[in-house]
Amino acid sequence: MIKRLFDLVNADVALVRRGRFLTTDFLVEVGDEPFHVSVQDGRITSVTRGPASMRPWRFAIRASAEAWREFWQPVPRAGYHDLFALTRFGRARIEGDLQPLMANLRYIKEVLETPRRLAGSA
Amino acid sequence: MAARIEPIAGRYVHLTLGSRSCRVYFEEAGGGIPLLCLHTAGSDGRQFRHLMNDAAVTDHYRVIAFDLPWHGKSTPPVGWENEEYRLTTEAYVEAVMTFSRALELDRPVVMGCSMGGRIVLQLALEHAAELRAVIGLEAADHQTPWYDTEWLHRPDVHGGEVCAALVSGLVGATAPDEHRWGTLWGYMQSGPGVFKGDLYFYRVDSDFRERVAGIDTRVCPVHLLTGSYDFSCTPEDTLRTAAKIKGAEAQTMDGLGHFPMSEDPARFREYILPVLDRIRAAPA
Repeated sequence: MIKRLFDLVNADVALVRRGRFLTTDFLVEVGDEPFHVSVQDGRITSVTRGPASMRPWRFAIRASAEAWREFWQPVPRAGYHDLFALTRFGRARIEGDLQPLMANLRYIKEVLETPRRLAGSA
Repeated sequence: MAARIEPIAGRYVHLTLGSRSCRVYFEEAGGGIPLLCLHTAGSDGRQFRHLMNDAAVTDHYRVIAFDLPWHGKSTPPVGWENEEYRLTTEAYVEAVMTFSRALELDRPVVMGCSMGGRIVLQLALEHAAELRAVIGLEAADHQTPWYDTEWLHRPDVHGGEVCAALVSGLVGATAPDEHRWGTLWGYMQSGPGVFKGDLYFYRVDSDFRERVAGIDTRVCPVHLLTGSYDFSCTPEDTLRTAAKIKGAEAQTMDGLGHFPMSEDPARFREYILPVLDRIRAAPA
């Protein structure tokens, strides 16, 4: 699912425009599987499954596979419907340098939510 | 065809708050029992515009919403440019009661959301005899912080953008896009540091857990309604609070989030109209 970010984000002109001042690398952990996501000027340039030793990231968002599965439902249930709902209830953790995340918060949240657009998310 | 003009009228009233002169904006519509509405932190009274356009409400209630100083169209007091804004329980109570007395409202129902829902608990404690009832939306006696408010006001993060993006998930998952984004626009427009200053009240200066049991609902009835998608003030927080107030009524609003009156007005009215009917039917 997370690998689909590449197509979903880059096909969304408004979303790419929102992220146009962001160039960074971040990590999304789905259970024990890490994925390195590279962003350049709002476009996703790569989504690489790790672990990749010595590969840096600015911030990481970690949650269980179950939490992400609920988060990516087309209409997620309460408590799984937002990145901060996940962290509030201990279902996700955010680590690292939060400045690029907070300065581009709407963009990053919407990037992470794009898989909801795929019907029957699993 | 004549253009549609809403029944809402807006004016300014000059109040002395904290020994300082404040120019305060308010809007109102309807007639009957005064229903004084208190907006959320970092937003303004426009959140109640749907209630003011709902004849089922305005046929029986005079709906009034004012913008706290620093918010909406109310100006900050002179000298604000060198201050860090911080709302306190004392200042908030003073603002609500001073406004109510200035407009000569006769035992209004006070309905507040989020921090407005918190302060109605204190109002019910301190000023019960002057109020007909209080309604707390997304209200509890305490909040467990879920992010660092330092992010809300600093030069390397856009304040309006980050305030809206932080609270965006507090809107229920099925809210209509028009109203979801209308709600968030209010957050995007808030002045620098205002949301953060409101959260000083909400997080630091208003732990009412030891106080709410003292509310006498025979004098001032308490109604609490919280949306199922609200993870800032959860339905459990509200039910826990209501359990401590003898006679308080509480319910969870399915599918709604932290801004029920503005994020999904059609769904909200299904919950609030029966409450307003009950208050109206009770002996004055």
